[in-house]
Amino acid sequence: MSDSSSRTGERPSYYDRHDLGRFSEIGRGSPELAARFFDYYNAVFAEGALSAREKSLIALAVAHAVQCPYCIDAYSKDALEKGSNLDEMTEAVHVAAAIRGGASLVHGVQMLNHVDDLGM
Amino acid sequence: MGRVLPTLAKARAPLAAAAVQRDRLDRVPVARRFDDALADSGLFPLTATRVDILQINLGKRCNQTCAHCHVDAGPDRTEVMPRAVMEACLAFFEREEVPTLDVTGGAPELHPDFREIIVRASATGRRVMHRCNLTATLLPNYADIPALLAEHRVEVVASLPYFQARETDAQRGEGVFEESIAALRRFNELGYGQGTGLVLDLVTNPVGTYLPGNQRSLEAHWKRQMMTRYGIAFDHLYTITNMPISRFLEFLEKQDKTEEYMARLVAAYNPAAAAGVMCRNTLSVGWDGTLYDCDFNQMLELPLAAPAPRTIFDAVRDALDARSIVTGPHCFGCTAGAGSSCGGAVA
Repeated sequence: MSDSSSRTGERPSYYDRHDLGRFSEIGRGSPELAARFFDYYNAVFAEGALSAREKSLIALAVAHAVQCPYCIDAYSKDALEKGSNLDEMTEAVHVAAAIRGGASLVHGVQMLNHVDDLGM
Repeated sequence: MGRVLPTLAKARAPLAAAAVQRDRLDRVPVARRFDDALADSGLFPLTATRVDILQINLGKRCNQTCAHCHVDAGPDRTEVMPRAVMEACLAFFEREEVPTLDVTGGAPELHPDFREIIVRASATGRRVMHRCNLTATLLPNYADIPALLAEHRVEVVASLPYFQARETDAQRGEGVFEESIAALRRFNELGYGQGTGLVLDLVTNPVGTYLPGNQRSLEAHWKRQMMTRYGIAFDHLYTITNMPISRFLEFLEKQDKTEEYMARLVAAYNPAAAAGVMCRNTLSVGWDGTLYDCDFNQMLELPLAAPAPRTIFDAVRDALDARSIVTGPHCFGCTAGAGSSCGGAVA
């Protein structure tokens, strides 16, 4: 989608896969803040105490937790390019699912607390 | 081994013709032409440096029909380098003192004179590399090949797309992974990849339409995986980009992904990779003796540009140095990201 058409016309949906390639355009409004973000972003994903491959799998899991289609697109490809396979990527998604599910369930203790407080 | 599909040539597919492939690639709309990218990098016209590697393609016969094969090799192909061409190649290698001979195919082992080529080339004392699909060494009548390669201290460069069966078999055919592991164990038993000086390198390429990852970090990951899972050791891992020609182009076309893949390659153009492309120090000889800048140009039937010699019979090294290299849209495949060559990443 061109720069000009992005500002005009009716969009077919809220999400467009081509918008992923336009991520850097977010700097149009505030180049300095965008530059700081992308510097930080690139530093986060560099090889460190964790390998770039491990970070890519974490990113893939988080992408599912925050339900970001752009991120799922980007990190599915990135994980493959970094040498991960479908088994590892699926397990990463299950980690996200387990934390999401567990996060809901553990709040059930708060519910129990309220039941205990309110009950006789 | 399970699935062995017909080649494009056998299936009489339109893309079996190099001219059809070239035409299709020329029609892909891209953000910029390859020569313009070179010019922007100060590399146009791209010229050869000198012939450090003589790569000879012994033909298109192979026991596999891998889904990404840029040669369209397979059991139904009959093209085999005639003896006269083979003699001319060895004569050039010896006479011009080329540092490295790189033997490829098809499956080079299936050439009737393969053993003789190995013995005679190794006798020069110079580096000889053999590109091995691994499973060919398990075929009846070819079980002696690994020991022969070890005896003559030939470097083995073996193809293995991934360290699991699912991915490897999806690209190379059912059962290929298991046989590849058996072949690698045999090479390890002979001392290959064990720090003995017998070099065993693996080549991985993406099992799909993405680019290869960082070669160094993948190598460390692969070494752990191959040792832990299978007890196999090797020396180096080379990453190679899938080239959008022949059977991989057919795959892209069927998936309607040719333009998307080319856009990915073009967007990933890396001037540093362009400066180090293999065509600058390689001379590629086709099974019929025709000369090319690389194996990919060979498959697209793009021979050396005039006034460079046309065949190995009239090849003289001085006439090959500083020649202009023939380029096309497919060259983005070798210059994307960290670059790609028969020796892996170049940048």
